Amino acid sequence: MADQPALPDPTRTFFTAAERACVRAISARLIPSDDTGPGAEEADVVTFIDRQLAGFYGRGERWYTKGPFSEGTEQQGYQFESPPAGLYRKALAALDAHCRRTHEGKAFDELGAEVQDGILTAMEEGELEFEGVAATAFFELVLDNTIEGFFSDPIYGGNRDMVGWRLVGFPGARYDYRDYLDHDGKRLDIPPVGLAGRPEWKTP
Amino acid sequence: MAKKLPPVDVVLVGFGWTGAIMAQELTEAGLQVLALERGGWRDTPTHFPTTVAPDELRFYWRHEMFQDTARETLTFRNNDSQTALPMRRWGSFLPGSGVGGSGVHWNGQTFRFLPSDFVAASHNTDRYGPLPEGMTVQDYGVTYDELETHFDRFEKLCGIGGKAGNLRGALQAGGNPFEGRRSDDYPNPPMEMTFAQKQFGMAARELGLNPFPAPSANMSRPYTNPLGVQLAPCTYCGFCEKYGCGNYSKAIPQTTILPVLMGKHNFTLKTHNEVLEITRDSSGRRATGVTHVDVHGEVFEQPAEIVILCAYPLQNARLMMLSGIGRTYDPRSGEGLVGKNYCYQVVSSVDVFYEDRYTNQFVGAGALGMVIDEYNGDNFDHAGLGFIGGGYLACWTTNARPIETHRTPEGTPEWGAGWKKAVKENFLKSTGVSTHGASMAYAQNRLDLDPTYTDVYGRPLLRMTYDFTPNDRAMTAYLTERATEIAKRMGGREIKVNAREGAYDSMPYQTTHNTGGTIMGSTPANSVVNRYLQSWDVPNLFVMGAGVFPQNAGYNPTGTVAALTYWAAEAIKSRYLPDPGPMVRA
Ligand SMILES: Cc1cc2nc3c(=O)[nH]c(=O)nc-3n(C[C@H](O)[C@H](O)[C@H](O)COP(=O)(O)OP(=O)(O)OC[C@H]3O[C@@H](n4cnc5c(N)ncnc54)[C@H](O)[C@@H]3O)c2cc1C
Repeated sequence: MADQPALPDPTRTFFTAAERACVRAISARLIPSDDTGPGAEEADVVTFIDRQLAGFYGRGERWYTKGPFSEGTEQQGYQFESPPAGLYRKALAALDAHCRRTHEGKAFDELGAEVQDGILTAMEEGELEFEGVAATAFFELVLDNTIEGFFSDPIYGGNRDMVGWRLVGFPGARYDYRDYLDHDGKRLDIPPVGLAGRPEWKTP
Repeated sequence: MAKKLPPVDVVLVGFGWTGAIMAQELTEAGLQVLALERGGWRDTPTHFPTTVAPDELRFYWRHEMFQDTARETLTFRNNDSQTALPMRRWGSFLPGSGVGGSGVHWNGQTFRFLPSDFVAASHNTDRYGPLPEGMTVQDYGVTYDELETHFDRFEKLCGIGGKAGNLRGALQAGGNPFEGRRSDDYPNPPMEMTFAQKQFGMAARELGLNPFPAPSANMSRPYTNPLGVQLAPCTYCGFCEKYGCGNYSKAIPQTTILPVLMGKHNFTLKTHNEVLEITRDSSGRRATGVTHVDVHGEVFEQPAEIVILCAYPLQNARLMMLSGIGRTYDPRSGEGLVGKNYCYQVVSSVDVFYEDRYTNQFVGAGALGMVIDEYNGDNFDHAGLGFIGGGYLACWTTNARPIETHRTPEGTPEWGAGWKKAVKENFLKSTGVSTHGASMAYAQNRLDLDPTYTDVYGRPLLRMTYDFTPNDRAMTAYLTERATEIAKRMGGREIKVNAREGAYDSMPYQTTHNTGGTIMGSTPANSVVNRYLQSWDVPNLFVMGAGVFPQNAGYNPTGTVAALTYWAAEAIKSRYLPDPGPMVRA
């Protein structure tokens, strides 16, 4: 396991076009683009999630996937038969059906922001029930993955141009801050760098 | 049929912190030592150099260095009324796999338990009367004074940076006034403190407390240890816990012991070999060795004169059960001892948010912190409080890894514009006071084999039945109040209290401080191993690790785990080898 290549293969994707549009729209509500700065959209979180689901993570290769399966308590964690990719597929289909049924045939990404927020809140709070898949678990997974895609190193396809890191002031994959130890509560403004450097370092 | 291999003097099951220490000690005594490690070889330049290590997704969230749950996990339930279900992915703790074990991705907060922690049952009974119904706390059977030189050895091996509080009986200003008597100071000075620690120190002193720098295995200066191995000064990169250190700055087996050990002619390491069982002769009283399986599925029989379990507490207990050594504890009858007194660590925190001061937490290190010990162990009067034990309170600055660490004030939504704004505003301007509480043993908390779920080889998974106990709840409430008092005085705009309430949740990360299950004690009637960590039932079998703690104290375990390992190694060399057999007469 430890010797697997770290990087997902960018040519392998998981989502259909419709799924991709839906997840892009969901992530854009979870971390919106607004006057505080760029959000999941600019960070290209959907590409991050797509590549993750196409790889070992999506397949649950490092998760224990033997049955029997039962729901369990909140304290027992994820207990679904589907690994992450399967959960996305089922939940996205159910979400799509729900949206089209209740909103005049429209898909999630065609709805207004407030309506989208309402649907996400209902999923989060367990008020929306999907056929054969737990809406709350899906919501939690998308939220986790969106935050991962916003803040992980750009080599994974999200956090494009390090917008997530720039938003909060995280300097990224650096390894020596000894010169800054005596900052004494003053702001340190250090430009971020990723594991693959910075876009402007690339030769033309 | 398993292929039978040539015999060795000692086989070590697992090659993390305790395995590496044992290997070094017993090879020095001239024994032929073989370590079997289920994971792969790992080292700084090849596996976690500075250009690779700071990758939050890969190492923490995608579990690159942890035990592979797809192959083996454990099942969990809070109590007997529930059905235990597999932890399908890790959460609350993160057992390691591969050379160096969890010792590769630890933080390096390196404490000694208090003298009274080793005699928790007798000390507390003497002072406060009988232990409450159901509490199964007991004495370790070894004292702080007996372990003192062994603590000292580990601190010197690792180059721990700190400030002594009690040097040969004389209290030292700026150190921990409650610590046991030390024969020597730490080998290195404390780490450099940052803004947050200074605020904590100030607040604590205002309250009449005695803050001291945390003992740290992140180097405060270049260091050459007694084995001649060199470590480099820590660069405060903020990638310790859950990561390998790219800079040779964190004491791990690879940066302290392995460069010397690996070259020895009487030491062999076999990686990607998982031990399946401890084998015994027909009397059942003597271990003949172990069986292990390689990555191709080939099973081997490895004869050995001495078998030492160094496979982390959860695995050590499971191997005992799978091998049928001793009886598995049953809380209904109270009989059996293997799996008894499983304990954990009860933690909480209070966040502090500043208005216009910056904590810049990315400038951090795994063991960079200021600590107070007034509320640990029996350092304070517990009369009328309804609990025994306690914990330290600390202000750590370990990281600003953004997926993991983005504190938000009370009332912040979980997502959306409000969440984003709060994360942006507070990311560089927050810190926290954490409480690190003890965990007292109770009759119902335990480990045994799961009746349903199996590992990749079809063998039962370990089952954990665990919830916080009445003692834990009263203790953590008390500690959280004390932390709040300090946090309020740290000069912030506001605080947020993250109390430890409700049932133990196996998912959010808390600590990888799993203890008990193979406990030590004074007689075969109350323990799995004697005071030398020798099995009562099978005298040529030894069990290392925090599994021998009868209950857990309010400190991180590894300092004490390592001291016990040196203590056991010393006993094997000076007492067992000249006269193999039980070192304590039952
Ligand atoms: C994220 C994290 C942070 C931590 N921070 C701290 C800290 O700051 N301070 C502190 O005191 N402690 C800390 N710890 C705990 C510390 O890492 C452990 O106490 C210590 O490593 C225990 O040593 P050990 O030898 O018992 O187990 P390990 O070091 O984990 O070694 C056990 C080894 O046995 C191998 N093994 C298991 N089963 C088998 C088998 N059947 N066959 C062959 N090999 C096997 C494993 O693969 C592993 O390599 C931390 C742990 C983690 C995970």
